[in-house]
Amino acid sequence: MIGCQELNYSTGGKRILDRVSASAPSGAITALVGPNGAGKSTLLAMLGRMLVPDSGMIRLGGENAAALARAAFARRVTTLRQATRITPRLTVRDLVGFGRYPHNPGHLTAADRKIVDACLQDLALSDLAERHLDTLSGGQQQRALIAMALAQETEVLLLDEPLNNLDLTHARRVMQLLAQRSRSGRTVVTVLHDLTIAARFADHVIAVKDGQVLNEGPPATVFTPEVLSQLYDAQVEVHLIDGKPVILPI
Amino acid sequence: MRLSLLAAAGGFYLAAAGLFLTLGARGDWGFILAFRGEKLLALTVVAAAVAVSTIVFQTITGNRILTPAIMGFDALYVLIQSVLVLTFGGAGFAALQGTPLFALETLIMIGVATLLFGLMLRRSADLHRLVLTGIVLGILLRSLNALVARLIDPSEYSYVIANSYARFSSIDSDLLWITTGVTVAVAGLILTMARRLDVIALGRDSAMVLGVEHRRAAQGLMVLVTLLVAVSTALVGPIVFFGLLVSAIAHQLAGTWRHATLLPLAALIAAGLLVLCQALFERVLQLQSTVTVVIEGVGGLVFILLLFRRARA
Repeated sequence: MIGCQELNYSTGGKRILDRVSASAPSGAITALVGPNGAGKSTLLAMLGRMLVPDSGMIRLGGENAAALARAAFARRVTTLRQATRITPRLTVRDLVGFGRYPHNPGHLTAADRKIVDACLQDLALSDLAERHLDTLSGGQQQRALIAMALAQETEVLLLDEPLNNLDLTHARRVMQLLAQRSRSGRTVVTVLHDLTIAARFADHVIAVKDGQVLNEGPPATVFTPEVLSQLYDAQVEVHLIDGKPVILPI
Repeated sequence: MRLSLLAAAGGFYLAAAGLFLTLGARGDWGFILAFRGEKLLALTVVAAAVAVSTIVFQTITGNRILTPAIMGFDALYVLIQSVLVLTFGGAGFAALQGTPLFALETLIMIGVATLLFGLMLRRSADLHRLVLTGIVLGILLRSLNALVARLIDPSEYSYVIANSYARFSSIDSDLLWITTGVTVAVAGLILTMARRLDVIALGRDSAMVLGVEHRRAAQGLMVLVTLLVAVSTALVGPIVFFGLLVSAIAHQLAGTWRHATLLPLAALIAAGLLVLCQALFERVLQLQSTVTVVIEGVGGLVFILLLFRRARA
């Protein structure tokens, strides 16, 4: 479980988060949805302690996250930010190997290598493992970054638009991997823009608008035409196809 | 791969050192080896300090163009020296000469550098702005130094002038032992943090995700970088482009991001180059002062090349 209480954050004279309290349960995928500039990425970055709130508290399990040493925190929570750029000339395997650093700051053990191999395979990167990152396409780089986050094997995964640049096969693969991780008891929080995917995979939804939580709950209560139309200030329709919701902007 | 690369660089350094010790030697070998050995040690210490400080600085700031020297770290050291001459006068300054002076200057420098560069580095995540402010800051510090030099009594100015230009032929041997000790200790400490430096090289965000308290780590490393710059400046004076030259060569040859390889490789290449240049210029060409000019010239060219390549990329 990861959550926050009364988070406030302003930057550049603009209020980004306004008394945000929300919580993502263990063993579930939580989708963070909302329009551009609503504060989703900021909220996610704060949960991962990449940004420090002006006031408020982050809770990890029953603990105050800010009280944990960063190294200990990194063994329990990982964050994938949007548009992460890696400058050194690394191979995919090297990058994913860095995911093991919090657990083994020295050299990779045989067990670490096994985890790295498994994560490479999970994201269909085995054939690209020895390629340098700068020779890969955007989608392949994104998969490498996701593999690195998975290799960290944390109880909480915070992902900011993990499906960016991914084709539909890989997008589905990533969502299935996250679902599998959540079933084994981990907490997954992810910013998603494709609401149909969110409706399909999420167990819990936090809808954010103008720095405030507009609605929080199971997908069935958040993904209704009324809530979504209010969230996006635009008419949104929800259709059922084979009993599963498909969300369409009209 | 890693060992053969380091062995090759080590061989290069040993060959250069052998040449330096024996070339054109006539007379009492005991005297020659002791005399030249001290110089060899000084050159090696300077080269290692410059190489390690540059690589670490570039890793923290996430760039391959800016170096502590270009940003005016060593100009700061010279400035502190000039201000000390101005306040204490030539006689007082001379009384402090040696280790106490080095310790005093280094302490002041760590304080000022932490403040100045810490502020600057926190503000600019943008690489181009960082490089630009760095260069401007370097010019500012050098100009301030020139200003202070004009305020000093002309007869006392000689203390300043001796320290304002790079000099490889006359090395301050009073400081040799303490600077060697500092360099070995600091470089050793940095080498034990090689893996953490690898993580820091990924960038602030990724380093934090992997559990490195980025700001505190960067501040601590910056103090170590400042110490190394103080060492090299105290021994031979400011050299602007040597670090850049060495880091460019090391990155090119190493072909790896691993600091465990990069750091010793850069130190060996730097020491080999410096010793070889000194041997060739001093013994073969009989030219005393041109080593600095050549190193700065070639380093300057590399600087321009890197800027162009970056601009096109």
